Amino acid sequence: METAGGASACLPIRSDLDLVWVRQHARQAAAQLGFGLVAQTKLVTAISELARNTLVHGGGGQVECTPVSRAGVRGLRLTFRDEGPGIADLDRALRDGHTRGGGLGMGLSGARRLVHEFEIDSCPGTGTTVTVTSWVTGPPRPREEP
Amino acid sequence: MPEQEAAAQHGAPAREVGDFLRRRRERIARRWADAGLFRTVFGVSRSAHDDAAVETGRAVVDALASVAAEGRVADPDADGFAAVRDQLARTAAARSRAGLTAGQVSLEVDALRAPADELLVADLSGRPDTFVRECATALAVLMGTLRLVVTETELRARQEIVERQRPELMEASTPVVRLWRGVVAVPLVGTLDGARSQVVTEALLDAVVQQRARFAIIDITGVPTVDSLVAQHLLRTAEAARLLGAECVISGIRPAIAQTIVRLGVDLGSVTTRATLSDALGHALRRLGADVVAPGGTESP
Ligand SMILES: Nc1ncnc2c1ncn2[C@@H]1O[C@H](COP(=O)(O)OP(=O)(O)OP(=O)(O)O)[C@@H](O)[C@H]1O
Ligand SMILES: [Mg+2]
Repeated sequence: METAGGASACLPIRSDLDLVWVRQHARQAAAQLGFGLVAQTKLVTAISELARNTLVHGGGGQVECTPVSRAGVRGLRLTFRDEGPGIADLDRALRDGHTRGGGLGMGLSGARRLVHEFEIDSCPGTGTTVTVTSWVTGPPRPREEP
Repeated sequence: MPEQEAAAQHGAPAREVGDFLRRRRERIARRWADAGLFRTVFGVSRSAHDDAAVETGRAVVDALASVAAEGRVADPDADGFAAVRDQLARTAAARSRAGLTAGQVSLEVDALRAPADELLVADLSGRPDTFVRECATALAVLMGTLRLVVTETELRARQEIVERQRPELMEASTPVVRLWRGVVAVPLVGTLDGARSQVVTEALLDAVVQQRARFAIIDITGVPTVDSLVAQHLLRTAEAARLLGAECVISGIRPAIAQTIVRLGVDLGSVTTRATLSDALGHALRRLGADVVAPGGTESP
């Protein structure tokens, strides 16, 4: 469906320090692809939320960061994976202000607003996978693939 | 026991290599002084550089000779290496300061093998071929072990630097300053994960109490990402400052971050914000001034 220009990277999410690396890596990758400052900031902030969820709620995991392109538009896709407890009620978790811990509960819902594409796949007991994609010049119109 | 196996395998040749290293110490050290590994290490002047490089080369040859004599060519923990660990660490550190990765440094160590090997083969000419080959193998194994020792030493040094910097970064980046009587400020730099956010809060709140500050400014110009955890941290600090009688002002929210916070959905509305640190100070001074001037004004005749 999409071709990647540039190398994809797989980074561990096991500590607070890893979160710093993940953000730095994503920021650099986004800048290289040509994301503007606001777009970079939004994407990195979403990534920060999701990576922290992977660490805190998912008990650690990893993220794959891949440059993609569709219909001539370049983008960055990140897939967060953990094998933690999973999310039983996705709708509830995606609602503003819902938190299991002492957070603001804006992580998932906010991250979804900060990216162009957001997919979450979670089963209680088998873990959680969240995939987000943002595009340098806004989401490409579908059905325009060459 | 891998060491004993190695000793058995390389016994006589290893001792021969040890003798060779002793005999040719000076020539080997001089050849090595020109190698990449020692390139940026020492001094400014060419001759000072050469002297120091040759000196290090000699020490490394001595170490290798004694490891070989012990018959422990494959053992990175051989006693002989202990004497040069510091020197190797300094050399490797200098190369990594020159921009080389640990892998590249390792290749430079590997490049020391060829000149030593040439000398060895020349030195043993006339001896049986099989013996020469065994000696060359023993030397190769020994140089491989040296490579391992350098890599280990270097990784350990890098690890130590990281560990050492961690608490330093924590404190160095939270200098609470008194901007004015009653106004304290802390410029935040870097990320606010985990332990650091706690340190920042405590330092600022301590200063509020100690200086009886009415205003506590947090400048986030140097914070690259404000996610919900950072936002929550800012809100909590503001709340705590309020309990201590100070108003918290957040300054340095860059436009990209402002847009992101809004989209994220976090409400910083309960905290006073200003574009820059000086705007924040201005805000504080006007409030302080208003309090001072207003009563004075009414009391003047
Ligand atoms: N990877 C995950 N594994 C298991 N549960 C998760 C995961 N990600 C999110 N959740 C659940 O979804 C809820 C909502 O997540 P969200 O990030 O929105 O809020 P939070 O992490 O609790 O607080 P905040 O991110 O605002 O500090 C969490 O409280 C948690 O129960
Ligand atoms: Mg969260």
